[in-house]
Amino acid sequence: MGRSVQDSALSGISRRTVLKAGAAAAAFVTVPVAAPSILRAQTPAVKIGILQPVTGALAHDGDLGRVGAEMAINEINAAGGIKSLGGAKIEMVFGDARSTPEAGTQEVERMQAEGVCAIVGGFASPICLAASQAAARYDLPYLVDVGVSDQIMARGLTNTFRFSPGFGKVTQVALDNLTRINELAGKPAKTVVLVHEDGLFGSGLAKLLQAELPKRGFEILETIAHPTPARDMSNVALRIRSLNPDLVIPSNYYGEFVLLARTMQQQRIKPKGVYAVLGGAASNGRFVKEFPQAAQNVIDCNHWHDPKNPKALALRKAVEAQGKSFAYNVPLNYSNLLLLADAIERAGSADRKTIIEALNASTFAGHIMPYGPTKFVNGQNEGATPINTQIQGEDIKVIFPETFAESKANYPAA
Amino acid sequence: MYSPQIILEAALNGLMTGAVYALIALGLTLIYGVLHIINFAHGALLTCAMFAVWIAWAWLGLDPYLVIVPLVPLMFVLGYGLQRFVIGPASHGDDGNILLVTLGLSIVLENVLLAVFQSDTRTLDTDYSFQVVALGPLLLSFPRVIGLAVAVVVTGLLWLVLNRTDTGKAIRAVAKEKLGANLVGIDVPHVYAITFGLGCACLAVAAGLLMPTFYVNPRIGSAFVLVAFTVVVLGGMGSLPGALLGGLFIGVVESLCGLFLGDSLGQIGIFLIFIAVLLVRPTGLFGAKA
Repeated sequence: MGRSVQDSALSGISRRTVLKAGAAAAAFVTVPVAAPSILRAQTPAVKIGILQPVTGALAHDGDLGRVGAEMAINEINAAGGIKSLGGAKIEMVFGDARSTPEAGTQEVERMQAEGVCAIVGGFASPICLAASQAAARYDLPYLVDVGVSDQIMARGLTNTFRFSPGFGKVTQVALDNLTRINELAGKPAKTVVLVHEDGLFGSGLAKLLQAELPKRGFEILETIAHPTPARDMSNVALRIRSLNPDLVIPSNYYGEFVLLARTMQQQRIKPKGVYAVLGGAASNGRFVKEFPQAAQNVIDCNHWHDPKNPKALALRKAVEAQGKSFAYNVPLNYSNLLLLADAIERAGSADRKTIIEALNASTFAGHIMPYGPTKFVNGQNEGATPINTQIQGEDIKVIFPETFAESKANYPAA
Repeated sequence: MYSPQIILEAALNGLMTGAVYALIALGLTLIYGVLHIINFAHGALLTCAMFAVWIAWAWLGLDPYLVIVPLVPLMFVLGYGLQRFVIGPASHGDDGNILLVTLGLSIVLENVLLAVFQSDTRTLDTDYSFQVVALGPLLLSFPRVIGLAVAVVVTGLLWLVLNRTDTGKAIRAVAKEKLGANLVGIDVPHVYAITFGLGCACLAVAAGLLMPTFYVNPRIGSAFVLVAFTVVVLGGMGSLPGALLGGLFIGVVESLCGLFLGDSLGQIGIFLIFIAVLLVRPTGLFGAKA
């Protein structure tokens, strides 16, 4: 585990690391990545590793994560770089995690060999788990961008920080908000049907919901599991129709979520609300664009930017101008980069230990998430919270909590 | 307990899903049942056809049902070429080799699609994707009703090709007695390739019928192919009516099991019925007596 790191960021490189990094780099050659601009500035550039799965199953998310990180780096550099380091520019060292934990680990080794002073990203929980563990060997600060598994923060790794909320927190807030939204509308919903994919994510979430919903006065009529990939949601829709619940709470991946929403629309099933928790498609611009009818009024409790923050709105516009569909990966990575740059600025050094200390002492509030000032306790940002969005018309609007709401919840929807 | 209406609707849904199973199995029953080629690439080829339909819709704005018309000859040519120039020469007539070649082919196809399209799930939307045909109180999905009708028609056409044309006779001759067919002047590799082409052409029809209500990603074919193999064996090797009825039957079983046991367990019913039928009739429902 953690060995002491000297002042030089390049210490601790063994021959094996270099060989591994070479292999990883060779494997990486086939992946087109924008080459970082080489700057011949007075001061050496500060290298930051950006780890995202831009190929493989998670490519869509990884691409958006990279966009968010790049935009923040460009912005910081345009504003004069890291001032306490004589205006040093940030240089991105990009690594493609290829949607697997193994590849993520290889890329961490390569970044370490290239002398990065911190790494941001990972996206998926398994990648974040493996990559942060690999970074811990070099005391290399690792900022998790999304990875919701609470296991990531439970290992006591001093190098690992998570700015966004974890699984437990998201579920808790989702239930609190649901109860509140329902109360505000005069408690129209009493009965619930849970629909979940039968893998780790869906089953785990369903279990939590099964335990918590009855405590809050909701009656669970049935819990319906389906495989991933699902070929057909007709039966699920038929069961929902025969049970006629007030609320449907789905936890599944993008494809199945879309299939369920479309089938419910076709079968003319109109519950009072569809309330997703970390929904696979419920706060994804693509779903809204492709199936506006099926997507109408779907509520999600998920990561989302602060809609009242002008910087966040400008970022969203810029991403959509590139022809990309916007999702939470962009503001999360963007904010993580700003948070890290602020820590380096205060550390006045690219030394890893000093950066870790600066992150631990961070009260950064210049991000675009609805969190307030940052406060890390054992690496987890205490103020991190998901918020509720609803698909209204052709847009995704924040509806809860009231402090951030852009529009009123369209609830009950039917 | 569900109301009779829900049960009936689930059974009809299953019937219509089964029609697409049947179409996929028709191609397989020709290749597997007639020529005894265990075609593991069948799923990957279906995925290719589904992507073709999606591309035609996304880039050219063509209706998925219309795309079937040009896609059938295209897939036929692709199948013909694969059998004639890849699977046939590489396997040297050894069943074990055929299995490995088609498995390798499926891995290559899947990964090429993955490299080109990444693993995003893609869907297409048509005006009729959500339309329903109201049969009294029942709401039936319009694209699925079409799927059922087309599956029956395609089965009929294939049956005519096999039983009423010279090509069909040649296919049956090669299936029965390869050496004899060769001796009377039938070009055996050509007949193999034609059969493979016909099997792939069925996939083109299935892809066009699936896309209005389904989605495509590079791995989607594998979700269908295992069921298709089961349908072929259940219906009887090489029997076209068997493939049709087997597909419909399996669709209904899967749907009803899904309704009562949950979708995760829906497929258990398929394999239980499959084992039961094979115990009673080892040749399948319509298989010729050994």
